[in-house]
Amino acid sequence: MVRGPVNQGPAVRVEGLVKRYGEVVAVDGLSFAIPAGRTTALLGANGAGKTTTIAMLLGLLAPSAGTIEIFGLPMPKARNRLLPRMNFSSPYVDLPLRLTVRQNLLVYADLYGVPAPHERIAELAAWLDLAAFLDRPTGRLSAGQKTRVVLAKALINRPELLLLDEPTASLDPDTADRLRTMLQNYQAERGAAVLLASHNMQEVERLAQHVVMLKAGRLVAEGSPAELLERFGRVDLEEVFLDIARGRARDPAPA
Amino acid sequence: MNPARLALRRIRGVFRRHWYLLTASWPRMLDLVYWPTVQVILWGFITRFLAEESSLVANAAGIFLSAVLLWDVLFRSQLGVSLGFLEEMYSRHFGHLYTSPLRPYEHVLAVFLIATIRVALGVGGASLLAIPIHGFWIGGVLGWSTVLFMAVLMAFGWSIGLMIAGLVMRLGMGAESLAWAAIFLIQPVSGVFYPIETLPGWVQAIAWCLPTAPVFEGMRAVLIEHRFDLGLLLHALAMLCLWLALGASVYTALFRSVRRRGQLLQTGE
Repeated sequence: MVRGPVNQGPAVRVEGLVKRYGEVVAVDGLSFAIPAGRTTALLGANGAGKTTTIAMLLGLLAPSAGTIEIFGLPMPKARNRLLPRMNFSSPYVDLPLRLTVRQNLLVYADLYGVPAPHERIAELAAWLDLAAFLDRPTGRLSAGQKTRVVLAKALINRPELLLLDEPTASLDPDTADRLRTMLQNYQAERGAAVLLASHNMQEVERLAQHVVMLKAGRLVAEGSPAELLERFGRVDLEEVFLDIARGRARDPAPA
Repeated sequence: MNPARLALRRIRGVFRRHWYLLTASWPRMLDLVYWPTVQVILWGFITRFLAEESSLVANAAGIFLSAVLLWDVLFRSQLGVSLGFLEEMYSRHFGHLYTSPLRPYEHVLAVFLIATIRVALGVGGASLLAIPIHGFWIGGVLGWSTVLFMAVLMAFGWSIGLMIAGLVMRLGMGAESLAWAAIFLIQPVSGVFYPIETLPGWVQAIAWCLPTAPVFEGMRAVLIEHRFDLGLLLHALAMLCLWLALGASVYTALFRSVRRRGQLLQTGE
């Protein structure tokens, strides 16, 4: 398991976060922290509130109650100061499919004010193995190629906080493994805080030093993977996840 | 890099996104000039026929062709702005755009810019084609007032386009047809092809609340009476200011609602 630099306090601090859609409570009084320079996994079954939480962290969605602080600044109030330091990828949000990979990356280089954009794109292309299809329309790429392009977009501004919603969903094991290595390398080199929402427990065990587990919009467990395994008396995170999802947790209380 | 330069780069980023899309596809380019050209050809021949039957049409050269081209400025401008936002919905792209440092007003300015280029290509192309086909040049009959009339209609198109974009973002792709149809709701009360006095009294009151009525009346003043009516232009500008404020307010309110509801991540059908 890769360890980031020494923790300098949380990159993100969430207190009493609530999101209601009418009668439905998608996120219910959530409090947690994302340590700086570490990878935190946000886990939970479908509908647990992971994507809603990420959307609020990104300022895409206004919370009904609670506070979010990123690098000590309030989100969404300080959105304009924070977003240049963050980035995001999700399989549920596309890049324009008719634009080539290079065109999409040039657009985002402008949006993030990246200096020397052509050089940065060449660097990302070499690192993420995009060079062969940089001038191909994004819509004509395979799922694995598209995922790498979205990751290139997410890394274009060298973010200090990277939010990844299911970054390896629909990838074959080889591509997924390469992508995880790339993420580990980036996190180690940049010292970035990474929030990873994933259903792949092997991925979480490999990448994350900190885990936040949600159920029905509430935090049900938090700690390092080793702490959670010990607390739940299990040998892997998949079993912990199933215990929580199926309501058979031995210790459902947050750490 | 200073904040103003960063803002300009973000505007360029969104502009680039639409420019790449527009220039990569010849059917899109063709679509820009196709309908204005068909309209110009059709109305040119109607004008030729009516000129033989009507002294008004014979004396006011290009009254219909000017009206068609000016109306198309409004329609293309509104459609250009609405499409600027619809394209993001088609490609499920809002989530990436609005997790970048892009401000909503920068997005809107970039879309206005690309809409202006769409108008220039579409209406400009049709205007140029009217010269060899009908021996008609709009600048020749309307003079410098062409620029003023087009500028007012272009900006009015932005305001309507913004309102429609906000509605489609808020209501979803089910409301997409508004982008093509909504503007025609105001055509009957805009006096495009006939004077406002043709309308019933209470409808005239509505008509004068739009910038279009004084623009098309002003066009007829130039073509029929050979005079430029400054009062009509000022009326049009006053109404334009109100409509731009209304467009910006409606869009802002709808955008906030979209953000509150989490629809930026889920735009689409």
